[in-house]
Amino acid sequence: MDREKVSAAPKILVFSTEKISDPAIDMAGLLKLHYPPTVYTIPVPCSSAIKSRWILHALEQGFDGVFIAADGTDCPYGESCTEKTGEIVRKTMEQMKEKGIDPARLKMAAICSVCSEPFVKHIKSFSAYLSESAKKQP
Amino acid sequence: MKKKIGVYICHCGGNISDYVDVEKVRKAVEKEEGVFLAKTTMFACADSNQKEMVEDIKENQLDGVVVASCSPKLHLLTFRAAVERAGMNKYNYVHANIREQVSWAHSDNKAGATEKAVKVVKAAIAKVRYAHSLEPVKVEAVNAVAVIGAGVAGMRAAIEFAEAGTDVYLIEREHFVGGRVSQWDNLCTTEETGKELVTRLYDEVMKLDKVTLFTGAEVIENSGSVGNFTLKVKITPRYIKKHCNKGQLQKAIEVCPVVVPDEFNFNITNRKAIYHNYPSEYPHLPVIDIKNCTRCGACEAVCESIDFSQKAETLTLRVGSILLATGFDPYEPKKGEFGYGEIDNVVTFPQFKRIVHICDKELIYKDKKIKNVAYIYCVGSRQVDGENKYCSRYCCTSVIHTANTVKKKYNEVYNYHFTRGIRTYGKQELIYEESCKNGDIYLQSFEYDPPKVEKKGDKTIVTIEDVLTGKKELSVEADLVVLVTGMVPRKDNSIGNLLKIPRGRDKFFNEIHMKLRPVETVIDGVTIAGASQGPKNIMESMNSALSAASKSFSLISSGELDLEPTIATVDTTLCEWCGKCAEACPFDAFEKVEIDGKTVAKVNPAVCKGCGMCLPVCPSNALNLVGLSDEEVESMIDVLLTHD
Repeated sequence: MDREKVSAAPKILVFSTEKISDPAIDMAGLLKLHYPPTVYTIPVPCSSAIKSRWILHALEQGFDGVFIAADGTDCPYGESCTEKTGEIVRKTMEQMKEKGIDPARLKMAAICSVCSEPFVKHIKSFSAYLSESAKKQP
Repeated sequence: MKKKIGVYICHCGGNISDYVDVEKVRKAVEKEEGVFLAKTTMFACADSNQKEMVEDIKENQLDGVVVASCSPKLHLLTFRAAVERAGMNKYNYVHANIREQVSWAHSDNKAGATEKAVKVVKAAIAKVRYAHSLEPVKVEAVNAVAVIGAGVAGMRAAIEFAEAGTDVYLIEREHFVGGRVSQWDNLCTTEETGKELVTRLYDEVMKLDKVTLFTGAEVIENSGSVGNFTLKVKITPRYIKKHCNKGQLQKAIEVCPVVVPDEFNFNITNRKAIYHNYPSEYPHLPVIDIKNCTRCGACEAVCESIDFSQKAETLTLRVGSILLATGFDPYEPKKGEFGYGEIDNVVTFPQFKRIVHICDKELIYKDKKIKNVAYIYCVGSRQVDGENKYCSRYCCTSVIHTANTVKKKYNEVYNYHFTRGIRTYGKQELIYEESCKNGDIYLQSFEYDPPKVEKKGDKTIVTIEDVLTGKKELSVEADLVVLVTGMVPRKDNSIGNLLKIPRGRDKFFNEIHMKLRPVETVIDGVTIAGASQGPKNIMESMNSALSAASKSFSLISSGELDLEPTIATVDTTLCEWCGKCAEACPFDAFEKVEIDGKTVAKVNPAVCKGCGMCLPVCPSNALNLVGLSDEEVESMIDVLLTHD
């Protein structure tokens, strides 16, 4: 892939969790499970710590999509994480709609500490969606 | 804002530099605002590079450092220690992962990997610009531990603590020690009985002055945090005086008119309301089961040691750390599952072990001599549609070992094993070999086609489509069907709820990381051991007990604790106390306080775990995490979007 293609690929910001999904993303690298290099990760302690304003900031400043690699039921901080992260996504999507941003540009999936393949699969399909979506834009 | 940042970009001996043009990365970042020096290095983690970093920091008075190398899981602490050696505050160090998440992940796209590496390093620089010098939260550590559960794991851990010089409160909910192991007869592979093993551990515990054992004891309240927990423990009485007449006590047991199912024998026998599980059980004193006792007075009439005036006591204990070794429950099959509860000669494996223990020369169940035993494996484990997806790991070995015992004890018995594949791993394979030599028959089915147990007249027939003989339908007329039940978490999770220990998908207690931090929980100072964190055999339980004990000991032994300062902070100018942060916090780290006449939230730094669950719920955005403030996150986002 040349430089132009690199830059043309959708830019995705991943909010990943230090204890759960980060190890899976690290392992994806170890296993050489490739995904687009325009995917960047910001680690957070828990997926229910992500503020809507960070997501909106990323989308408004130029990221094509934001992916929340959620702790799911593996969250070491408690079982309420899934519900709380879901609520953040719901509220953020409402704010996205109000701002005229396609809510599908925010995606969440539970990524466990060994979910390397599911992570790459999610990222590839999200990237493909964002590419298609960009083509449809006037 | 940092003005003299040092950046080190690692080749990782080619692991990074084979795919990322590290020199290009260096050039791209060296002119970034605040960057004083930018270097590439063959191995950032090597002693030589660490020494160079230390010299650079000292000579140039650097105020921030970024190392771009492997995952922070591997070397964050290495580089934090290095900058500390140079006299820099370790929280002015930021780690950038350009190996696992860049060079390896994009080894198919060198240009893309290099472009990404540049941005990842720039984002780390953006973060370190806003980093603050922080001091770890220092708390006093009480050199005492509470070990909850006096089974073999708990007792082993207690011995380890006491020998290291720590006071141990060994808290057992039952009135006797030993847990599940005391219920088993000869153990694999030593042939020592469970009771003998429990006795050896108990004797060792009793020799150690540092251990205080509480039986019939339950933790009912918990407060404080790592280094200084306060536990309230309720001790229920035995209703028997400590110094008693043993002859009279035996008579009291005999005259007790109450008969209830004996849980120690998994309800296949009965016991009295005044009881001990077996004569040599520890502590030796029997107990009165007050829930079933009718207070008829028969025992009091023959024994002066009976004392119904004893009252429950509540003790307050201060400990620096807590070790949970609360064990497991055997899976209880559902009514009708392989005939359980409906066909009278279907029993569980724990029940069968007690039957084998009780029966002497002949194997007899419900007055019928047993000749053919059918063992159905994986009942409650490896469930395709049920909750227990996991393999319980101990059962294959344990049931084959028991079948061998059966063969030795009653040579006329035939064993038929209905399996889904045998998992007698490691040295335990020898037991499987012995069983095969004994003539035991092994049949196998797939998970979607388990064997069937049917009552035909007065006969119980077990049928299987045996994959080992090309799916031939084979039947065994079984005198006894043994459901080989796996391990499930304790039904009563009150201690887990009290200490807020997360449970995993399997509902056992969850460790932070099964490989990197296998006995620690997210609750600082609380470790887990034994089968409370998942199915384990005795040897594995002991190993985890020693591991948990050493981890807990290392936390509290110095008398002082350094906690990560990455906790939530409240901007009191923005906070308009609404209580949502307190509702969202799973650790009760928030309290309502008055500051200059204004009601605001306050974070307890010793309790806050830094999870950040409180951040998004604050309607006035008054909350931030140290190290993850809005300006840090948003500046990283901005940098990741810049074009070269």
